[in-house]
Amino acid sequence: MTALLGLLRKEAYHILRDRRTLAVIVWMPIVQVIIFGYAIRTDVDHVRLAIVDPVPDEDTIALRGRFGATDTFQIIAVTPRVSTLEELFSSGAAQGAVVFEAGFADHVARGLPARVMLVTDATEPNTGSMVQNYALAVVQRYEAELQTRRPGGVRIVPEVRTAFNPTRASSNLFVPGLMAFVLTIISSLMTAISLTREKETGTMEALLVSPLRPWQIIVGKVTPYLAVGFVSVIGVVLEARLVFHVPLRGSMTLLLGEGLLFILVSLSLGILVSARTSSQRVAMMAALVGTMLPTMLLSGFIFPVESMPWPLRAASVVVPAKWFVTVARGIMLKGIGLRYLWRETLVLAAMALVLLTLSTRSFKARLE
Amino acid sequence: MNDELVIEAHDLTRRFGDFTAVDRISFDVRAGEVFGFLGANGAGKTTAIRMLTGLLAPSGGQASVAGHDVYTESEAIKRDIGYMSQRFSLYEDLTVSENIRLYGGIYDLTDREIRGRTDRLLTRLGLQHIARSLVRSIPLGWRQKLAFSVALLHEPAIVFLDEPTSGVDPITRRQFWELIYEAASAGTTVFVTTHYMDEAEYCDRVSIMTAGAIGAMGTPGDLKKQFGVESVEDVFVKLARPGDARVPGSAAP
Repeated sequence: MTALLGLLRKEAYHILRDRRTLAVIVWMPIVQVIIFGYAIRTDVDHVRLAIVDPVPDEDTIALRGRFGATDTFQIIAVTPRVSTLEELFSSGAAQGAVVFEAGFADHVARGLPARVMLVTDATEPNTGSMVQNYALAVVQRYEAELQTRRPGGVRIVPEVRTAFNPTRASSNLFVPGLMAFVLTIISSLMTAISLTREKETGTMEALLVSPLRPWQIIVGKVTPYLAVGFVSVIGVVLEARLVFHVPLRGSMTLLLGEGLLFILVSLSLGILVSARTSSQRVAMMAALVGTMLPTMLLSGFIFPVESMPWPLRAASVVVPAKWFVTVARGIMLKGIGLRYLWRETLVLAAMALVLLTLSTRSFKARLE
Repeated sequence: MNDELVIEAHDLTRRFGDFTAVDRISFDVRAGEVFGFLGANGAGKTTAIRMLTGLLAPSGGQASVAGHDVYTESEAIKRDIGYMSQRFSLYEDLTVSENIRLYGGIYDLTDREIRGRTDRLLTRLGLQHIARSLVRSIPLGWRQKLAFSVALLHEPAIVFLDEPTSGVDPITRRQFWELIYEAASAGTTVFVTTHYMDEAEYCDRVSIMTAGAIGAMGTPGDLKKQFGVESVEDVFVKLARPGDARVPGSAAP
């Protein structure tokens, strides 16, 4: 026990005396969340919209008003001819266009399909589809209103609703994902680097010839960084709340607990990486590439896992961040607790157990 | 020095795939002896040390260290040995006394033992004034002495020194050997590898490894006589050149 306490104290000295690294690991997550949080926004604001209205009538004018009334759209041109659109699009002046057919109000009045075409600039597919959805929503809302005034006359189109995120603020979805992203990288990097540093300086050899057991060495490594990671989690959660106004509908304690569990998984991953590499540089690359790409691509943080082909969906199962993202979103946005999240929690706990066992093993393997 | 054997190796072998790093080496080390373990780089010295210190399981043969079997009692071996490598194994961002305290704790010494031994150690080395200095900031020679003393902190029966003097100046090297003699006269067995052949002359007995096997073993004086040369270095050169005729009987003195 004294031996373990000594190891913990030593690791704490390493962390506290290397002020620059400490600053990096505490501040980096917080700064990254700000940068990413603002950079990866899929909110569409002030989309430049062109309107083609060959024969303005009561309904097209009303709809134009609707588009103009939202912050989402900004009408930059109203033209009677479709041919002017090409110029507006290629110059980038317009990001989207609404094209009415002639006799729109007449068709509406007579119960015939009234056509309106929504054109978006597809060079940015994500923004494009967002714009499309927003525009569609405006049209559908208007349609629904007409329906109440003239029952039976207009075709009803089902309204699309977004549950739990009615404002469609992307930061609500991104910040929990970002937490996972940033915490994985930092945690796995920290242990990987600090372990390989001991290999490089030769102190690891001294620990290995000592009576210390592999598990003691690993616990001595993981615990202090768990504490540092925990400080980062608190920082990021506060930031999510104060800067991005992400709601925290569920239990803060649960969120922090799950955060701790997730950090443990990432730290163990770092140990496993460093057990198989001998230089800090290699460990750093392996930890970065091994955690960053899967976390970014397969965690559902940016791209929804559900819409991926099955091999990727299957691969995402082993990405710890995928489970943590679900947990964090559940707690923060839906306000649900362990009753619904026990499965994800169990998976994370199992991952931590397996990774820690594996890394203890790979330490032993080095000795045999 | 007495006749008690603290290291016994018989046909000790280690293979890595098809490559035999250590090929059936046999030797004994007596208690209180300074045993020099020489060999060119890649001759198998490190592999042999790793087997004796319980870091690597042998592929064949028998060996015991401080009375413990290397196959089954590596944990017991680890308690009874000290180890210092050429990289000194001290944490540079810890102070001198923090390093001592860390290693004392790892070897299960009580706080009181650690305090007492830290004082004695620093007084003996004349380094009390740097107890609170970071290891990073003290000269290489002091670090080396300190690392050696830390390896002896838990009073092991045997201390393994893996090229402890590489990269230090001749005067520091000589001072370091004085520490080695001090430890040996206090009853600690010293198992030391080096590639400085002048240091081999300081050892009670030396063994010289070439290509995974022990090419020669004996006191420096005996070896020089046996090979008809002036220094251990010449013995080494003769052994290392496969073209030269080997002296019969050199494998088992």
